Amino acid sequence: MSDTHAQTVPFVRDTMLPQQAPPTSQIGAVRWLRENLFSSVLNVALTVLAVGTIVWIVMHIGPWLMNSVWNANSLAECRQILAGESGACFAVIRDRWHQLMFGFYPSDLYWRPILAMVLMLVAIAPILFDKLPRKLIWFSALYPFVAFWLLWGGSLWLPLAVIGGFAVGYGAFLGLSRVTGSVLALIGAVLAAIVWWVWLAAPVSSALQSAVSLSIRPVPSRDFGGFMLSIIIGVTGIALSLPLGIMLALGRKSDMLLIKAISVGFIEFIRGVPLITLLFTASLLLNYFLPPGTSFDIILRVIIMVTLFAAAYMAEVIRGGLAALPRGQYEAADALGLDYWKAMRLIILPQALKISIPGIVNTFIGLFKDTTLVVFIGLLDPIGLSNAIRADTNWNGIYWELFIFIGVCFFIFCFGMSRYSMYLERRLKTDHR
Amino acid sequence: MATMPDVRKDGFRLSMLIYDTRYRSITLQVIFLGIFVIAAWWLIHNTVENLRALGKDFSFGFLTVRSGYDINQRLIEYSSDSTHARAFLVGLLNTLLVAFLACISATVVGVLAGVLRLSKNWLVARLMTVYVEAFRNIPLLIWILLIFAIMTESMPAPSAFRGENATSSMMLFDSIAVTNRGVYVPEPLFSRSLGNLDLGIFLVSLDLLAIVAVILGSVLANRKLLKTAERIQNDTGVRPVTWWKSILIFLAPLVVLKFALGFHLGLPELRGFNFADGTFLRNSLIALWFALTVYTGAFIAETVRAGIMAVSHGQTEAAAALGLRPGRIMSLVVLPQALRVIIPPMISQYLNITKNTSLALAVGYMDIRSTLGGITINQTGRELEGMLLMMLTYLVISLLISMAMNVYNASVKLKER
Amino acid sequence: MSELVLDHDIDRSKMKVSNEIAIQIVKMNKWYGQFHVLRDIDMTVHRGERIVICGPSGSGKSTLIRCINRLEEHQSGQIVVDGTELTSDLKNIDKVRSEVGMVFQHFNLFPHLTILENCTLAPIWVRKTPRKEAEEIAMHFLRKVKIPEQALKYPGQLSGGQQQRVAIARSLCMKPRIMLFDEPTSALDPEMIKEVLDTMIELAEEGMTMLCVTHEMGFAQAVANRVIFMDQGQIVEQNEPKEFFNNPQSDRTKLFLSQILGH
Repeated sequence: MSDTHAQTVPFVRDTMLPQQAPPTSQIGAVRWLRENLFSSVLNVALTVLAVGTIVWIVMHIGPWLMNSVWNANSLAECRQILAGESGACFAVIRDRWHQLMFGFYPSDLYWRPILAMVLMLVAIAPILFDKLPRKLIWFSALYPFVAFWLLWGGSLWLPLAVIGGFAVGYGAFLGLSRVTGSVLALIGAVLAAIVWWVWLAAPVSSALQSAVSLSIRPVPSRDFGGFMLSIIIGVTGIALSLPLGIMLALGRKSDMLLIKAISVGFIEFIRGVPLITLLFTASLLLNYFLPPGTSFDIILRVIIMVTLFAAAYMAEVIRGGLAALPRGQYEAADALGLDYWKAMRLIILPQALKISIPGIVNTFIGLFKDTTLVVFIGLLDPIGLSNAIRADTNWNGIYWELFIFIGVCFFIFCFGMSRYSMYLERRLKTDHR
Repeated sequence: MATMPDVRKDGFRLSMLIYDTRYRSITLQVIFLGIFVIAAWWLIHNTVENLRALGKDFSFGFLTVRSGYDINQRLIEYSSDSTHARAFLVGLLNTLLVAFLACISATVVGVLAGVLRLSKNWLVARLMTVYVEAFRNIPLLIWILLIFAIMTESMPAPSAFRGENATSSMMLFDSIAVTNRGVYVPEPLFSRSLGNLDLGIFLVSLDLLAIVAVILGSVLANRKLLKTAERIQNDTGVRPVTWWKSILIFLAPLVVLKFALGFHLGLPELRGFNFADGTFLRNSLIALWFALTVYTGAFIAETVRAGIMAVSHGQTEAAAALGLRPGRIMSLVVLPQALRVIIPPMISQYLNITKNTSLALAVGYMDIRSTLGGITINQTGRELEGMLLMMLTYLVISLLISMAMNVYNASVKLKER
Repeated sequence: MSELVLDHDIDRSKMKVSNEIAIQIVKMNKWYGQFHVLRDIDMTVHRGERIVICGPSGSGKSTLIRCINRLEEHQSGQIVVDGTELTSDLKNIDKVRSEVGMVFQHFNLFPHLTILENCTLAPIWVRKTPRKEAEEIAMHFLRKVKIPEQALKYPGQLSGGQQQRVAIARSLCMKPRIMLFDEPTSALDPEMIKEVLDTMIELAEEGMTMLCVTHEMGFAQAVANRVIFMDQGQIVEQNEPKEFFNNPQSDRTKLFLSQILGH
């Protein structure tokens, strides 16, 4: 130090240096290329390998896609048009578009699923975007009944009678809560609603139907198919599995041993077996567990199984969110005098669910992808339809085009969902900090 | 100093069942148990009624009956004269085989893709992102069917390999043949074989056992070598060079064993209209294995990436500031922390692979669902018993895997304290 | 410990202790498993008292005040708050909790709600106050703790001292008759401690019954009418502040005071 100090010459700058441009190797495309593609020997090798892979893929698939035939009535016609060249025959999608979308739903009734789909977007809107008027939520609550009626048709009195059950329960609650405590009133209300649904709803609705006929053409479940079926199962499963998953997660965290044991047992059982076995249970065994002579709709059974399956996974995701909350939040809620359910609803769950958004959306995506498994119990989802289409002599031998189309559709749905969850996470984070 | 304040002391009132914290949870549990028991009783009652109406009983006796069907891929002795129980076992082994293979290959693919996705190379990182997103967002079933279709529709028939002007040729020095029926690979043969060990239920090749034993021995010896190296490093500060000793420890015994057992490869050979000799991997196995690998690999890539990113940049900088070289930073600082984050989700991916093998149905691979849960149920009409047994089997496999995960988590937690 | 610098002389006109009993604890014991955390606690708090509880860490002082709104359960003895005995009866617990306010060391504000929503939550859902009225009450108390302009922000956007003042306002919105403070300044930076203590002093000047676990001896001297020293789960010494600090009786107290005041 002292040496340099001795040599130090006093210095005062009289002209300030202007800003200069960096050397060309440090800017623009050259720098970008050097840093991102050719920074080391390994990197150069990787770049060459990656370019090679891309070129190989494009060489193999490119011409096939470029030569696509969109207008033909059979595979043979496609081949004729291609005249020996390799090319995709997407004409099959054009030819069977309606089938891939709606399955064997009567073609003159296509407006019903389309209307149901449009109304679904309206019903989902107030849930996804909180800036819309809150009153729209009432439409969201009624939507399941509207959709059921539109899709399956039949008497309007049936969904109305089911809604009636909620009214009966609410009425019973109001009536009883004047006489007894709120807990007993709640039990009474649930019992009243169950009595209504099990014994009264069906006769009342058929009586009303014979008095005033409010019915549209019924469509049996076996005519449902295509992406319509995937969306029905997927959306219903998503809507039902979240609340059930929350209950299971709370049950698993409960102090009550019995409730905890049952929740853990249920979750671990469902997570331990493949969905296929549950679907086979739905199609083969469910009739064993129900009173002799009863049988119910196969789509409904599938929805129940898919919901139970997704709920178990959902419960684990939400449990992680609950565990991530600091104890202080529970204590502060207690100290303010909030009871268990209020503390959960107002303080704990909003935060826990927010933490778990990525996991919840991943479960949704998994559930939606799993709807393809219904093909194994004979439902005509898009994959089931692709087999049916191939069974037709016109399209015998067509594989890739159908798989690619179905795959791209699923990709759009699932990728969209995951992007939305990222957007949601970002938005919720900004108002947090 | 203080007097007892007068507070009402009441006896037991009925409302205390709900409003007293001591009784409240008991009351709720009793109500819950009541509902649960009623529901369970209702289900069992219905099942009993339905079975009676169908004139069926509930018994697992069908397992000892002759199965009467063939299974095209079997790891142990089986014929149509064997029992249903044995068919179940063959199916179970097939399930475990494809699950095991897929777990290994998916880990390799996933770790590679995850690391490459974090690479500084823009092109490679993008390519891996496309791979991960494509496979995560498209159902596994579509991938299985697609790959199966590629195998069966686009690969050459065995006859294409025949004659002077064959249109197809075998790969890797005539050792592997990819045909539309499946893939033929060289088969391991032993000219001085040790024979088989009869375990009563099935035979175990003693050659295989010997190989496993030798590899295990090498692992132990190598561990001892590293321990010694560490001790020397602790004593003197200089770590002896070990890599060539490690290679020797692993290679030398295997080479000795190869000559002792007379190990050689039996290459597949075209005879008549088909290949003979070699090991035949069916299309169904290849499609399932490959699809599970690339599909689960995408998920594993994400957990690997998340695990590495979970180790904060500060850790790397701190290690670099201490003068550690990049390789050592990775092995001493980043990996030990990242592995803690990576391994639990990795094990749940293994669990998913095991459960997803049940999609074998789509390509006709004879796993437990196709044998016990498919043909056996159809032939005997024992849906209830068959499904129960199958679910129980999956459940046991899953619980064993999650037990392994819990053991790992516990051991990691111990190190933290 | 730094000496508390006051902006103004403390107005003791309203700080009157009445004869009415606010909290009575008789022979209260508590165990964590085998560990005897609170041993034979006897304590009477009159309305209007400002009590500071101090003691080394692990002496059970936090546990004691957490027992008063039953965040912790005691195993024997009695705790009577405002004439309501704390037993396993949920109705009594709810009643006591809605009348006793609590301020935590780590604030425990709800991060997903705005400041205003934090303050109106309990009045709306526990007291069933109409929203408009609850918001007026909340703004009144936010003005009182001097941060009305932050009402629409989220807790994460506030400094530690501001958060703690919100936490005090949140408790006050329930119009409690008793306030419990569990080390309210321990998690704060030095310059923020004063703003929280000022708020607490103001509260004391209005005659609030306060129990405060703290190591701020300046605060104790300025405001408290009684200081309780706890060690090993028992009350070792209690006295009025002047006597307590100038003339401690027990050796344990002397040791403790020399440690925290000595340097």
